[in-house]
Amino acid sequence: MIDFFKKLFKPEGSSSTARERLRLVLLSDHLSLAPDVVESLKLDLIAVISKYVEVDEAACDVTFERQDSAIAMMANIPILAMKTRPPSPPPAPSAPPSAPEPPPSSFGTPATAKVAEEAPSPKPPAAPRRKRRRRRPGVTPSLGSAAPAPG
Amino acid sequence: MHDVQPEPVAAPIPKPRGRAIVITSGKGGVGKTTTTANIGAALARSGASVVLVDADVGLRNLDIVMGLEARVRHHVLDVLESRATLDDALVTDKRVSTLRLLAAAQTREKDDVDTNAMHDLVDTLRERFDYVLIDCPAGIEMGFQNAIVGADEAIVVCTPEVSAVRDADRVVGLLGNREKIWLVVNRLRPALVRKGKMLSVDDVNAILRLPLLGVIADEPGVIVSTNKGEPLALDDTSPTGAAYRAIAGRIAGTDTSAPVIPTEPTAMQRLGAFFGGSAR
Repeated sequence: MIDFFKKLFKPEGSSSTARERLRLVLLSDHLSLAPDVVESLKLDLIAVISKYVEVDEAACDVTFERQDSAIAMMANIPILAMKTRPPSPPPAPSAPPSAPEPPPSSFGTPATAKVAEEAPSPKPPAAPRRKRRRRRPGVTPSLGSAAPAPG
Repeated sequence: MHDVQPEPVAAPIPKPRGRAIVITSGKGGVGKTTTTANIGAALARSGASVVLVDADVGLRNLDIVMGLEARVRHHVLDVLESRATLDDALVTDKRVSTLRLLAAAQTREKDDVDTNAMHDLVDTLRERFDYVLIDCPAGIEMGFQNAIVGADEAIVVCTPEVSAVRDADRVVGLLGNREKIWLVVNRLRPALVRKGKMLSVDDVNAILRLPLLGVIADEPGVIVSTNKGEPLALDDTSPTGAAYRAIAGRIAGTDTSAPVIPTEPTAMQRLGAFFGGSAR
């Protein structure tokens, strides 16, 4: 009803039709994907993400935007709640507020983070060792001179 | 004491290489040739040496728009195939002495042009002229490839139509990495835009996202000027001519003002036009 009056008093020009047609035609040009393919891609995306988190399917929006020379897929998928999994470790619920971006993989992050912390720690001692090795040729004369002294 | 080094003082300062700019659009009939003629005339009038190259082999038009068709003796393929020297083929403009035209062959096909030879020709022209403007044929086939091969910069001409924007978008993708790709929006009808019946400049550039060089209104003066073979850019009384001169200024870097979007003529201007204004 409101739409009717809107159309009555301010007839919508055909430029909005042109804009919409242009948007759609360029979308498929850039992707070489038909609109129904885009729709099924969106449904598949939602299905995959729904395995990990509860999403608001009605508010999901998948669009494609051109950024300079590349095309980016923008998926706006509102998350309603996290799906609790039996083996999830206790720090998982506290992870989303600090790092909201990777909630699905957050279950694995504590473990990988520890590995990452441990990994660099042996490296710094390793570097000086190498340096010492390199210095050895220069050091050996002094060692050599020290060696004959007792002998 | 020191070795005698050759003094470079006496050597003439080499002219900096000119700029090669291709005017393209993808879609035909959006005003590439008119844009080429007017930008060339405006650049030349400001003192630069300019050569216009008609790369639309088989459908020669630039000479007509420039009003130089009677002076053409040789064309670009005569030069590429060594039947004529470059100097023989270059036509000097009637009005601006620093403006030259290299016409296309009318009775040949686009595939007859050797892409490497075309590249070399543009390079040769860049040694001699400040600006080499190449009028690209419609389409994205061989003629397009030959027209863009020597150009570092491109001007994409687009009208506010779905088909033109789509083709321009495709062409921008095909142009790849150029030093600069500009946009000229041609044939804008301000009254229709106001009524929401035509895509606006913003609508067009929301898709193409190119630096806007200028906007040309769809007005009778453009048709009249092509009828006569006199580029509007040389007409001091024409607002469209002024718009072309501003475009030339932006290319040269002398005009840093933002492009003016044409507005509807006032009642007085319409009255003036009715009683025999500039458009005849």
